[in-house]
Amino acid sequence: MAARTKVTDLRSAIAEHVHDGMTVCLEGFGHLIPFAAGHEIVRQGRRDLTLCRMTPDLLADQLITAGCVTRLVASFFASGSAGSLHEVRRRVERGDPEQLDVEEYSHYGMICRYQAGAAKLPFFPIRSYAGSDMPQLNPQIRKVNDPFGGPDIYVVPPLNPDVTILHAQRADRLGNVQMWGILGAQQEAAFSADVVIVTVEEVVDEDVVRSDPNRTIIPAHAVDAIVECPGGAHPSYAQGYYDRDNAFYREWEAISRDRSSALQWLQEWVYDLPGRDAYLSQLDPPRWAGLAVADRESGSVNYGRRRTSTLGQS
Amino acid sequence: MNQARQSPVSDVAPSSSEFLAVVAARELRDKGRVFAGVGLPTLAVDLARRTVNPNIELVYESGVCGAHPAGLAEGIADSVLVSGAESVLTMQALFGYVLQGGSIDVGFLGAAQVDRWGSLNTSFIGDWRRPTVRLPGAGGAAEIVPNAGECIVIMRRHDRGSLPSQLDFCTSPSPVRAYAEDPRMVPPGHGVSTVITPMAVLRRPDKFGELVVTDIHPGLTVSDVKAATAWDVMIADSVRETPRPSWEDVRLLREEIDTVRLYLR
Repeated sequence: MAARTKVTDLRSAIAEHVHDGMTVCLEGFGHLIPFAAGHEIVRQGRRDLTLCRMTPDLLADQLITAGCVTRLVASFFASGSAGSLHEVRRRVERGDPEQLDVEEYSHYGMICRYQAGAAKLPFFPIRSYAGSDMPQLNPQIRKVNDPFGGPDIYVVPPLNPDVTILHAQRADRLGNVQMWGILGAQQEAAFSADVVIVTVEEVVDEDVVRSDPNRTIIPAHAVDAIVECPGGAHPSYAQGYYDRDNAFYREWEAISRDRSSALQWLQEWVYDLPGRDAYLSQLDPPRWAGLAVADRESGSVNYGRRRTSTLGQS
Repeated sequence: MNQARQSPVSDVAPSSSEFLAVVAARELRDKGRVFAGVGLPTLAVDLARRTVNPNIELVYESGVCGAHPAGLAEGIADSVLVSGAESVLTMQALFGYVLQGGSIDVGFLGAAQVDRWGSLNTSFIGDWRRPTVRLPGAGGAAEIVPNAGECIVIMRRHDRGSLPSQLDFCTSPSPVRAYAEDPRMVPPGHGVSTVITPMAVLRRPDKFGELVVTDIHPGLTVSDVKAATAWDVMIADSVRETPRPSWEDVRLLREEIDTVRLYLR
C-alpha cells in the first residue's frame, strides 16, 4: 500500500491543528519565516496562544496586533536593523491595549530549550547567565550543582510546543522536509513539538528528496502536514527562491508605530484575502520581481550506489 | 571636498558612523575569528577586511562560519552571507560548539548601557518590572560576552545615561559580576576589552579590572569625557588623541561598503 500523503492546504492544516490556548512555535531565524501560516492563524482568529519564537520580528508583531497571542517566549525583541516592534513595546511598556506576558531567554537559552524538548531531557545546561540579571527576570532559568564536581551551572527547561510551524524550500508528499541556507533552530523546534506543519515553496517527487538525503532536515515521521505555499516566507526570504523584502521590514516600523494603521494593514493584507496566492497578486509586480535571485547552483555530490554483482547477491 | 582630500587625514566628526567604524576596524588588525553583529560592526569588519586584516574570518550568529559576502549584509541572516560562505551550521552547532566551545576570538557588540566593568544592558531602560523602554534583549550577547576571547563594544552615545554608575539591568555580565556570584563560575572569556564611543576609546586590560580611557577623539578633553561618564572613570597615563580616519577609509565606507547609507548615519 502506498504511504499516505501529508499534503494538505493551509486553511485545513491550521484549522485542524492550531487551537485557542495552545503553545505554538513559529521558527525561522531571519530566513524561511512562515509568514503565510502566521497570517492564516490571524485569519482564523485564534486566541490566547503562547507564541514561541527566538526572534519575534514583525510576524510576531502582526500576530500580537491581531490579538492572537497573550504570551511570548523569545530571546530578541526587535526587527533586526529595521527597528522596534511597536505592538510588543506598547504592550510591554504600557499594557496598551493589554498586557503581554513575556518569558525571556538568550538565543542559546532558547536553542537549548528546543533541544531538551526534542530529546526529552529534563533540562539543558548552558554556560551563560553567571552574574546576569536574567535569572531574576525569568525564574525558569535555574542553577544546579554539577554532579561531577564542576562549578554550578545554569539550566533551562525543555520547550515542547503543541505545534511547530516552519517554512522550507521543498518537501515530498510523505513529509520529508529539505532546507538549505540558514537553518536556525528549526530541526530542534520540529522534533520538540507534538504536531509539525511545514509550508514549502515546492512539493517535489520522492526521487528528488532521495537523491540528496543529507539535505533532509526533518524526516517524514516527525511531520504531520505539508502545504505547498510558494512565496510563503515573504517578506522574509527563501534561499535560492527569492530574497528578503528589506523595504517592507522598514515600512513595518512606521505601520506598527500606530496601532490603527497596523490593524488597517492586517485588514488589507490578511483578513480581506483568502490566502497567500491573493497576497502575492496584491503585491506590486515590480516589488515581487525585484526580489528574484540569480542562480548560484551547488555542485552535486556523488552518494554512490552499491554495484549489483553476482558475488553480492545471495 | 577634493581640496580636503589632498590631506590623507579626514575631518569627519568623531561622533559620525564613519569615525566609529574606522576606529573599530583598526581594533581588528591582528584578530582572527570575529563574531560580528549587525550595524556598525558590519561596517567595521568589512572595512578591516579591505584594509588592516584581509584574513579576518567572519562568523554570524545565524550559523554562517567563514562568510564572504558579495555585498553589504542587511541583517545577520541576510542571504548574501550564505551564498559563497565556507559553512552554514545549525545554531545549536554555532552557539554550542563554535562559541561556547571556545573558537571565537572577538565578539563585536552594541549596547544601550555599559558599566565600568564592561557589563552590558541591552534589555530595559528604567525599572525592568515596568520599563520606560523595552530594548531588544539578550539575543546572542549573553553568550558572546562570557564565551568569546574578548569583546569590542561600539556605543552610539557617550553620556551619563549610557555609561552609568549602575546598569538598569545587566543582560550580559562582565567576569567581575560572574565572580561576585560564584568564583567558580567565572567564564573563560575576558569579557569586554574595548569600548568605542563617540568621545573616546576605553580599554579594560585586566579581566577583573575597570575600563580606562586610552584615546580621546579630536576636539575633546579629559574633562569632557569625565563629565559624560557617570562613574569616576580612570584616564590612562598614556592617553592620546584618537588618530583620525584617512580619507581612503571614509571613501571605502561611503563609496564601496555602504553605498545606500544603511548603517552610515
